[in-house]
This record gives sequence, C-alpha cells and structure tokens, in this order.
Amino acid sequence: MQPAELNLARYNVRLDSETDFAGWRDAARRLALNEVGPDDINWSVAIGSEQRPGDLPAVPSGAQLVVPRDFIGRAETAFCHSDPSRFAFLYRLLWRLRIEPKLLAIASDPDTRRLEAMEKAVRRDSHKMHAFVRFRKIGDGDDERYVAWFEPDHFIVERNADFFVRRFTGMRWTILTPHASADWDGERLAIGPGAAKGDAPDQDDTEALWRTYFENIFNPARLKVKAMQKEMPKKYWRNLPEASLIPELIAGADKAAKEMIARMPTEPAPHHAKVQAKHWPKQDALPELDDATTTSELREAAKGCRRCPLWRDATQTVFGEGPDNAKVIFVGEQPGDQEDLAGKPFIGPAGKVFDAILDDAGVDRQKVYVTNAVKHFKFEPRGKRRIHSKPNAGEVQACRWWIDREFALIKPDLAVALGATAALSLLGKAIPVTKMRGQVIEREDGLRVFITIHPSFILRIHEPADKEAERARFLHDMKQVKALMAT
Amino acid sequence: MSVPTIRDKLAILSDAAKYDASCASSGSTKKDSKKTGGIGSIEGMGICHSYAPDGRCISLLKILLTNFCIYDCSYCINRSSSNVRRARFSVDEVVKLTMDFYRRNYIEGLFLSSGVIRSPDETMGEMVEVARRLRLEEKFSGYIHLKTIPESSAELVEKAGLYADRLSINVELPTDEGVKRLAPEKKPETIRLSMAKLRQKMEEKAEPTLRTKKRERFAPGGQSTQMIVGADKTSDDGILHTSARLYGSYHLRRVYYSAFSPIPDSSSALPLQKPPLMREHRLYQADWLMRFYGFSQPEILAGSSDGMLDLAIDPKLAWALRNRGQFPVDINRADREALLRVPGLGTKVVAKILTTRRHKRLRLEDVGRICQSIAKLRPFIIAEGWTPGTLTDKAGLRETIVRSCEQLSLF
Repeated sequence: MQPAELNLARYNVRLDSETDFAGWRDAARRLALNEVGPDDINWSVAIGSEQRPGDLPAVPSGAQLVVPRDFIGRAETAFCHSDPSRFAFLYRLLWRLRIEPKLLAIASDPDTRRLEAMEKAVRRDSHKMHAFVRFRKIGDGDDERYVAWFEPDHFIVERNADFFVRRFTGMRWTILTPHASADWDGERLAIGPGAAKGDAPDQDDTEALWRTYFENIFNPARLKVKAMQKEMPKKYWRNLPEASLIPELIAGADKAAKEMIARMPTEPAPHHAKVQAKHWPKQDALPELDDATTTSELREAAKGCRRCPLWRDATQTVFGEGPDNAKVIFVGEQPGDQEDLAGKPFIGPAGKVFDAILDDAGVDRQKVYVTNAVKHFKFEPRGKRRIHSKPNAGEVQACRWWIDREFALIKPDLAVALGATAALSLLGKAIPVTKMRGQVIEREDGLRVFITIHPSFILRIHEPADKEAERARFLHDMKQVKALMAT
Repeated sequence: MSVPTIRDKLAILSDAAKYDASCASSGSTKKDSKKTGGIGSIEGMGICHSYAPDGRCISLLKILLTNFCIYDCSYCINRSSSNVRRARFSVDEVVKLTMDFYRRNYIEGLFLSSGVIRSPDETMGEMVEVARRLRLEEKFSGYIHLKTIPESSAELVEKAGLYADRLSINVELPTDEGVKRLAPEKKPETIRLSMAKLRQKMEEKAEPTLRTKKRERFAPGGQSTQMIVGADKTSDDGILHTSARLYGSYHLRRVYYSAFSPIPDSSSALPLQKPPLMREHRLYQADWLMRFYGFSQPEILAGSSDGMLDLAIDPKLAWALRNRGQFPVDINRADREALLRVPGLGTKVVAKILTTRRHKRLRLEDVGRICQSIAKLRPFIIAEGWTPGTLTDKAGLRETIVRSCEQLSLF
C-alpha cells in the first residue's frame, strides 16, 4: 500500500489538461520556492476546474528559481508522456536540481535516465505520428479536405500540429485522435477536443494504388519480419491501409521466392536481338598505340592504360597538355585531387602557384607542354579527403612508356624536372633534388634536363617569410628556364 | 492486349524498382511550404512512412519511368533480354501519383529511376521534366531523388540538380572487371567521370555567385551510389576499399550495399546462391566504422585470413579481438577516439560517457546503465573498481562474448 493513496499531501495541484505545462510550471515554481518537498504535493488533472489562486503559496518576494538552461525544454517534452506520475516525477527532478545542478549531465543517474527514456518515448511517438498518419480525401474542388484518424501513445497532437502545417500548408486537413484534434483551414490552426474513429472517413480510392505499391515494392526473397515490426509495431497496423496485406505477403513470400529461383533462365526476349544490333553494334578495335602521330592521339590511347595498378582507384588518366611543337616540357610528379576530377594537369593549388610564377618569369604557359611522371592519381582515402601518396619506382617506370612517347613526338629542347619523382623518371635514377637544384644535366640522348623542386613544396611551407623566399627561388629557377629556352 | 491501367503500370514499375536499396529522404536542406502555400517539407531527419515485410523502409515512391531498357545487365530484372512485362509511365502520371500519395502522407517524396530508352538524354530529359513539373507547377517541396544516367548531357544534369535533392549513379559492382562481365554495355570509366563531374558541380555551386552572392541550388542532399554484393567474387575488404575510394573521391553521402537477390527470369551469368543478408548488414556496420568511428579502411580487416567480415560478430568486436594489445581502455581517462574503438560503445554512448565523467568517476555498473549491455565491452575496459585482468587476452574470448550476447537476446 502506497502512502500516497491516503492523500496525506499538504498541497493538491489540479492541472487544466494533460498538456497544461504552463500550469505545472507555475505551480512547481511556487512550491519549490516555498520549500515544499515532492512528498507534500498531490498532482492531478481536473479539466475545467481551475486552480483557485489561494490554493498555492505565492512566490516569496525576490526569490528566484535557478534551473539548468535545458531543463525546461526537456521537461516540456517529457510532459507529453502518458505516464500519470510524470507531474510528480518532473517535480522531484526539479527538487533535486536545486542542489545538484549537474544532475542532467550524469547519464548514469536513475532519474536522468528516466527523463531521457520519457523524452525518447515522446519523440518516437511523434516521429511515428509524422510517419503513420494517413489522410483520406473527402469532397472535391473547393470542398476538398483531408481527414485522418490516429491513435498516439502520448499527448502529442499539440506538439506535432505545426509539422503538418509546414508540410501540408496548401491543403485543408484535420487530424483526429482520442485526446485532441488539430484542424488547418489553409490559414489557421485550431486545436480541438478528442474524437472517435467513426468521425473520420472510412475509405479513399487512392488507397488501392497505395496497396498495389506496397505489395510490389516488397521483395519476397528477403523476408525480415522482425525488422519490419520493430519499426512498425502491430499497434499501428489497424489505422494503416496497407497493413492488412502483410499477413498474406509473409505467407506467400517463401513460395514466391522459391518460384523465382526455380524458374530456369529463359530465352532472350524477342526484341533483344534488335536492341543489341541497333544500340550496341560491334565496335572497331582501338587504334594501335604505336600509330600515334600527335599528342592528342597519344592522349586517347592512354585513356585505357593498365600498365600499373593505379588506374583502379583513380578517376581517369591525366595526360600532358600543350602544343605539339613546344620547346620545353615541364614534368611534375602526378595529378592531384583536382586534376584527377578534371582530367587536366596542374590545375589544382600547386598548379595555380606554378602558373603564377611562370607568368612572373615571363614564360607563356600556352606555349609549353606540361605533364606528369605518373599519369594516375595515387592516394589514400581519409573520409572525404584523399591524401596524396608518393608513386613508387615501379609505377614511375611503368609510366615512362608514355613520357618517352611524349618526348619523342614533341622533341623539346629542354625538359624541366619538377621534384624528385620527375627527375627519377627523366634520368632513370634517384638524385638529391635540393642539392642539384638549378643544374642542367645532359642525358645520353642529348636532352637537357633542368632540375628544380615541385611547386607543391612552396605550398607546404607555413612560415610566410620562408614561403616568400622559396617562391622567389622558384621564380629565379623559372627565369633560368626561360633563358635556357632561348639558347 | 488491353491498355494497361495506372494500377497495372504501378505494379510493374514498382516491382522493377525494388532492387535499388536507397530510400533515404534525409541529408537535404530543410524547407517547408509556409511561404509557397504549396505542399511538402523536408525536416532534416528522413521519415519512413511504412515498412515492407522485407524489413526495408518505405519512405519514397520508388518507381521507374519505364522498364524498357537498351542495356543488358545480367543482374537486372529490366535488362533488354529479360522477358519481364514492360510498361511506361507518362510524365503526367508520375506527377499525379506523387502528389496523390504525398497529400495522403504515404511518402516523403519521389525516387525516380528509369530504364534507358532510345538515348540517355531522352530518358534523362523526361525524368528532369517530372522533377521540374513537381517543383514549379505543383509547388512541391518534398524530397526528390533522381537516378542520373551517366551518359546524359551536362545541361540535363545541371537541371536535375536544380530540382532534385539528391542525385545518384550506381556503380553496381565493386570492380570494373565485374561491371564489364555482368553489364557489358556499361562503362565504368564513364560512371567515374560522371561522379567526378557531380562532385565538381556541387563544389562549384556551394560557392556564392559573384553577382547575387547567393548559393545556387544544386542537389543539396548530395550524391549516393549502390553496389551489389555477392553477384561477383569480390571480398568484403575489396568492397570496402571501393567504398572508401568513392567516399574520398566523389564525396558521396552514402554507399548502399544490396545483397544480390535472385530475380525472376534470371540470367545464367549469375550465381545461383544468394549471399546471406547478414553480410549486407556487416558491410553497413563496417561502412559506419569508416565514416563515424575514425577507422581507416585497411585496418578494419587487417589481419583477417580471407578479407571477409565475420558474420557472427560485428566488425568492431572482430577488430578488437584481433587487436587486443590496444585494450583495455580506461573509461574514465581515454580520449574520444579510443572510446569509439571499444566494442559496444556507439557515438551517442561515448558522448554521454564524456559528459558524465566530468562529474563523477564511472563504475562498470554506471557504464551498464548508460549503454545497452556490457557483455561485449567488459573485457575491453577499465572502470572504477573494475579491471578485466587476464580476461582481455583469454583464449576463447570470442566464444564467451558470442554466448553471453545470445543469452541476452533470449530474455
């Protein structure tokens, strides 16, 4: 036997309705500030019997009740719960919060957990109301209206009405529930009393189409009844027009799935041969690679390159760009994120730095040929970013096949190796780039190779003064290149 | 033959669409109809309006414009050699069906896909027209997801992005070899390029324009894709590798995994056995580890013998059992990254632990109250008054955990 039933409480608080949060808040404030403990209050709902002003103590002058900022919002949500003891529970929580202001941050406390569980139940019920309300249309033209009957677990109609206003602004609609109703006439929202199922229309022609959709979108080969019921518990089924199909769909699923598997593959449909002939004529083989007489033909041939495995993760081959009669070829390391997407070399952040410095040095980028030692982007994915990885010697070697052909077609006077990978590709051996920077190495075939750093090196320097100094050095290198181009 | 009714067409064209797993109506920008006086809203979180007995949610009206198709992809029920019944909706019919369903609160919006008829541009053009009519003529603000045909023109894609919340292009299979074998007319190279172009377009439109200083609308819900699991022999490690590549390269919002499902009038190029549905579930869990738990793709299956996810236990537990040297983790001291790697601790629970421990030291019982069950995590954590001792390194730990989790599910 609970002592509460003897009603020994000193105070009886009568709330105006199940959702009278303002009334609760006012009473709770007065009582807490007068040091009335939870055991001395009896909470109830008495519709229409307003609290008499003298029933509750007044707030002592100058007294203030301080509660954590999020408590009111959270209490308001939990207030919609159908548990009749919620008024007393929330008061007890308030009572504790005066002394334990951090209580709500302690997720392991039983009262905090209960508050969370109540909020969660209300939020879930609200979410299910958004999902499972089914309108039925009545009337046509100016008389067109949409009416729904719904049975929520908690007192959530008031709280959810605005969702339906936002969504169905251009419609006139009414949602009826046992506790309350909401009505939107296209301009104004009105909350009214509860209703009965019989007050809502009992059918709508469009439901036949909806049921057809439900039946056909279901895949009998993957029956997962538990997963369905977890999210759409049976208690909602009686108001869902599609739910009466569920038992027969489940019963027939196994047979339907077995039939699908048992049916032997059939002959191709009659129209298939015609479709194939019209849309997919046998294609001519790709042009022979060694036939390429221009860089555009070479670029075309490189699209399908499989000489190393880097094509697998990249978007596309990023081939060199520039005129076939260029006097100089700049060779970088490999395309980066932006180059990989666009299919063009040196257009990302490092390419922009490179362009600006070439411009400062008086070199016209339109007149030079720019390419990379490796023509696919090598990277490690990290979430939504791609972290550049250095190509290995094997990949550089594989891609020399293309570099050699680019050089053979263009026959430049000078090559510029931007960084170690480019130098490795052009010279066939690793060299210390920072030490040999600014030098010209003549290859056995007579090609002069100018050594410098990769412009991305400048981007990686954080100290502004150092960055500026490095930029100046690179500009100096490019001026040297310009001078060499003239010889 | 009689003229098919709307109901006949709906039956055929929804049956044809069910193999696309995506039904998400989330991830787009919030909007409602209060200003336009029209119909429809997007609330941030997606809403599942119903569930089919296959456990999949029904959020969008997921249909094909037509299931006539010039492609012959052997895993697809609509391939040109299939004897399936064919139908075709008109633009009017799709618009009316969408609005009729939406007004009755059956759906969050439309997911429109199509077989390719005549040419990619012609088909894409009609799909874009449906979206345009919904937005401009019906003042519809609900969710629109358009399947993009990789070969369609840039202008059509631009328009599609203007009206749709999400665009998607399916990679279909985890490897290019798989695509070439099972979908001989599809070009994996073109699919990659189309995804790259979508990412570029989204980034371009995310910048305010110079003139109006406003951002132009372009598929605010981003792009997604789907991979069929079990139609070829790619291992889970290979599948996850492809996913990581797609997330990194094209900034996809989601990669959907669809366990290969036997289809009527199946092609002989396909396996006769379907993969266990659990495999699909484990792949989603592993995908979550990459996106929300700080795991890099290679470490998820590093040290496993066959590159396959354990079907009996979740991928994080399997990883922890292979990497016991990193445990136990002190629940009262470890940083967020380390806590996220503890089996049984989800992102929300970790957040709660971090706030709670600022005010009190947590005991094992406290952790038990915050999360659902401690069966999985006991061997991996240190709490006030609790150390797992030799439990962490015990032989047979996997079996012990599996058994205690099973017993829990009996009650």
